[in-house]
Amino acid sequence: MTVTVGTSTSTAARAVGVTKVYGSGEAAVTALDGVSVDIERGRFTAIMGPSGSGKSTLMHCLAGLDDVDSGEVFVGDARVTGLRDKGLTDLRRTKVGFVFQQFNLLPTLTAEENILLPLAIGGRKVDRAWFDTVVDTVGLRDRLGHRPTQLSGGQQQRVACARALVGRPDVVFADEPTGNLDSRSGAEVLGFLQRSAQEFGQTVVMVTHDANAASYADRVVFLADGRIVRELVEPTAEAVLDTMKHLDGGVA
Amino acid sequence: MFRATLKSLMARKLRLLLSGLSVVLGVMFVSGSFVLTDTLDRSFDSLFSSVYTGVDAQVTTKPKVQGGDGDPESSAAALPASVLETVRGVDGVRAVVGDVVGPARAIGKNGKVLTTSGAPRLGDAWAEDLSGQRVLREGRAPEGDREVVLGGFLAKSGGFAVGDEVAVLTAAPKQTYEVVGVFGYQGGRDSLGGEMSISFSPATAHRVLLGGPDTYTSVTVQAADGVPQDVVRDRVAAAIGADYQVKTGTELAKAQTDSIGEGLKFFNYILLGFAGIALFVGAFIIFNTFSIIVAQRTKELALMRAMGASRRQMMVSVVLEALVIGVVASVVGLGAGVGVGALLARLFATFGGGSLQLASIGLPAAAVVSSFAVGILVTMAASVFPAVRASRIAPVAAMREAATPDRPLTKPTVAGAALSATGGTLLGIGLANGVLWMVFSGILVAFLGVALLTPLISKPVVAVIGGLLSWSTPGTLGRRNSARNPRRTAITAAALMVGIALITGVSIVLTSATASITKVADSQISADLIISGEEGATFEPAVLDRVRSTPGVESAFGFYSDYAAVDGDRMHLQAVTDFPAMQRLFGLRATAGSFADVTGRTVAMAEETAKAKNLGVGSTVTVQLAKGEQQTYSVAVIYAKNGVMDGVQLSAAAAADFSSAELTDAFAKVAAGTPVADVQHRVEPLFADNPEVSVQDRSAFVRQQAAQLDTVLLMVQILLALAILIAVLGVVNTLALSVVERTRELGMLRAIGMRRAQVMRMIIVESVVISVFGALLGLLVGSGLGVATVRALRDQGITELGFPWARMGTYLAVAAVIGVVAAILPAIRAARLNVLNAISYE
Ligand SMILES: Nc1ncnc2c1ncn2[C@@H]1O[C@H](COP(=O)(O)OP(=O)(O)O)[C@@H](O)[C@H]1O
Ligand SMILES: [Mg+2]
Repeated sequence: MTVTVGTSTSTAARAVGVTKVYGSGEAAVTALDGVSVDIERGRFTAIMGPSGSGKSTLMHCLAGLDDVDSGEVFVGDARVTGLRDKGLTDLRRTKVGFVFQQFNLLPTLTAEENILLPLAIGGRKVDRAWFDTVVDTVGLRDRLGHRPTQLSGGQQQRVACARALVGRPDVVFADEPTGNLDSRSGAEVLGFLQRSAQEFGQTVVMVTHDANAASYADRVVFLADGRIVRELVEPTAEAVLDTMKHLDGGVA
Repeated sequence: MFRATLKSLMARKLRLLLSGLSVVLGVMFVSGSFVLTDTLDRSFDSLFSSVYTGVDAQVTTKPKVQGGDGDPESSAAALPASVLETVRGVDGVRAVVGDVVGPARAIGKNGKVLTTSGAPRLGDAWAEDLSGQRVLREGRAPEGDREVVLGGFLAKSGGFAVGDEVAVLTAAPKQTYEVVGVFGYQGGRDSLGGEMSISFSPATAHRVLLGGPDTYTSVTVQAADGVPQDVVRDRVAAAIGADYQVKTGTELAKAQTDSIGEGLKFFNYILLGFAGIALFVGAFIIFNTFSIIVAQRTKELALMRAMGASRRQMMVSVVLEALVIGVVASVVGLGAGVGVGALLARLFATFGGGSLQLASIGLPAAAVVSSFAVGILVTMAASVFPAVRASRIAPVAAMREAATPDRPLTKPTVAGAALSATGGTLLGIGLANGVLWMVFSGILVAFLGVALLTPLISKPVVAVIGGLLSWSTPGTLGRRNSARNPRRTAITAAALMVGIALITGVSIVLTSATASITKVADSQISADLIISGEEGATFEPAVLDRVRSTPGVESAFGFYSDYAAVDGDRMHLQAVTDFPAMQRLFGLRATAGSFADVTGRTVAMAEETAKAKNLGVGSTVTVQLAKGEQQTYSVAVIYAKNGVMDGVQLSAAAAADFSSAELTDAFAKVAAGTPVADVQHRVEPLFADNPEVSVQDRSAFVRQQAAQLDTVLLMVQILLALAILIAVLGVVNTLALSVVERTRELGMLRAIGMRRAQVMRMIIVESVVISVFGALLGLLVGSGLGVATVRALRDQGITELGFPWARMGTYLAVAAVIGVVAAILPAIRAARLNVLNAISYE
């Protein structure tokens, strides 16, 4: 069964019938099995599901970090599927931003340099007003000159968020951004991702297995065994938790 | 434990390969040197035993000047024919041949004298050959005074065939002969050992080689069957008396082999010295590799500690890994060394020694022992510090997030300063007193000291070098990466420093020597034309008279050179044709007496020599020349030595008792207002018969001297290239390990939009920064070494200090290129990283 969700006319990213298989023969694992999903522009979407359900794989495919075995992926109006390294690099420079679970920053650079790194690499101009807005939103104004080793995990992750935003990409992808953080720091980061969608209209896609984290999102897409099985809009933590329990039971 | 070590080794093949390779190259150098010299040694052994086949004893005159190196060309007077008759009558002698041998050089069809690479160019009399080895291949024996038979090697080298004309230089003036035959040796050989030989008819040989009939160079004796060599030797010796010496064929072969063996041993020491340098550099690489690995594996090692592994086990695991690398590298290096040694021996036999018959390639025990000893010791020694560090990792480090923070640099800096000072002092004392081992160990210790100091200086220096390269974001990132682990960068750079410092030091000494020669030529030699022969070529005194009477020549003088015993001390001295002319043309200053007084039985003596012998004007010395009896001379003038004249000089009359009655050098001053080139054109034809003698103006003379030094520099550069190659491996290794270590970081950079080309540029900048830093250190340390050596050699005539700026610039540029080359593989590896794998890499 294939469930296609999201019918908004304005999509920031789109997967159409994406299948991804790891390995071959006996050992083949179907990580994604005909997934179609629209990521709505200007909204905060969470991808949830039990461990091994294919969340990360879906995100990697959407972001052009991984290629698909069948189906197509679009970011903005650009077709990602089939792009070569140069095209993918251009895509990463202009259309997507990333926040990883860990190891997000270059230890040799200051917070400010880390934030501006994508622009420096791409040889793009810095929009100072936007930079200031982002920095103030993440609350790092007084930490700009610090090196990553001088920052807490939460602060580092906020620097990573600011870096993802500073280039005004079509989509910011975050894979378990709070996975390594305590709940307070996690709440700060999640709050920031939420605000960037609400206040700046930034499209954000976040992978998580934490119901509380998912409740910050405008919309939650549930994955199980490489398929999209459910969707919640404006979820509460309880609703997400319920759905997860239901899923675990249903799948097992 | 051993299993775990092996597994960890196999899991890191690249590391094994690169760090092992540095030892392999060093060991290869060591075993290659031994194999080469052993093979050559045995080849010469069999060469000389075949040269002396059929010679049971040989009689020569006792050399009047003792202590020479047995150089046959300069030795001893000829034997009278009467000796031949006496020997013939000795009981137990079957056959006797009077040898007539002397230098004879053929002029090739291009008008240039044909040369060997070290083997003699000889003429002899075509006579009965007791060894039975010579084979007349074509034509017939020479007759009369216009015919020769050529050795096969000479005939081939010069392209001569029977019926051709050949011009030959001997003790007599140049003469042209007809080639009537070509000979070779048993076994189809063209020569015994790359020598060029010309055989004349006996009468001609006497005339052109020895200057007259009835004398012989030596007398070769063959014993009757059953009479041992030493018995014949003793009987002959008893019969002919004390003026002559008799040696058995075995003794002669051994003496020749020994003297070649001495040379080979020296050669071997030089090669081993360079091998030592290569291994020293290799030790840096091993040390660095293990340090990086221990740092990268901190968590893993801490985990093992947490699970109950002891400190000792931690240490053993690292040292064991080093042992395995050392053993494997030694085996591979030994094998490669045999190959290299065999190859070099073949090259030597083909290009160096004419047609030297190579002995089979052997594996001398010394090669095996030293390869293993050196390979394993170096590897283990270099791993000790990292092993100790591994053992000190606290179990709690397993739980910590980041790797251990940078340790303070205080300890290495203090140790480095102490070592540098010690090394510098040793070097200073060694240079001042000419103690070689002190010089070498001083340099080594100083290198270690500087290497320990490098982390401290790396920060500011790397910032400056990097600043020049960081015009783009990848450049900035690369520069920061190179400043990230000061120790790692420093050791990698220090490995490169060693080679570049040595090359720079040698280059400075040679540049200073050239500058000194130029200075001497410009300030002391006021002669405009310098006439000298290469490879001991000489010219007739009569030619000097013609030079003197050439229009435009204001004055000219020349000298004869030979070894002599002065008050029993063997020294090289000259007999000068015109002392006042020499005084003027060489700018000599008499401190006592007058140059005009050096006539008959008097000498001129440099002040230093006189002081050493405690002599003054009027004092007497005994002089034994190559011929004649010992004579008493008195000192007529004492002069301040300069860059061109030193020691003792006799008047021209004494040259009659020199081994050769021909001049070795001459100098001419051109009359004011006459262009030197014009006079040179008029003088040159006087030496047309003697292509080995050149007429040069002052600047050409200086250039020629400098060219010889350039050859030395070239050899040193070639031999040090291996040390630099190993240092390059070190740069590759460090970068490769860094790329592995920063996999995730690289993945992240790619994820946020860095292009492959940018990743490569980043790694290349890091590499160039490291190598340029190493080169700068090398230039600096090398300058120190060079200046110290030049200072110490002031008394040896190196009075000027010259810096080879262009060459030093080249070394720096080469280092930058090396940086780029070393970065290629790691950069490709980094650029090829799969972004997804990199960021999810654990
Ligand atoms: N590189 C890979 N090679 C093989 N199998 C993989 C690889 N990456 C993921 N998988 C498999 O694909 C499935 C989905 O993985 P993933 O997308 O990482 O799940 P999630 O992020 O939801 O935990 C899992 O069964 C996982 O084992
Ligand atoms: Mg995942």
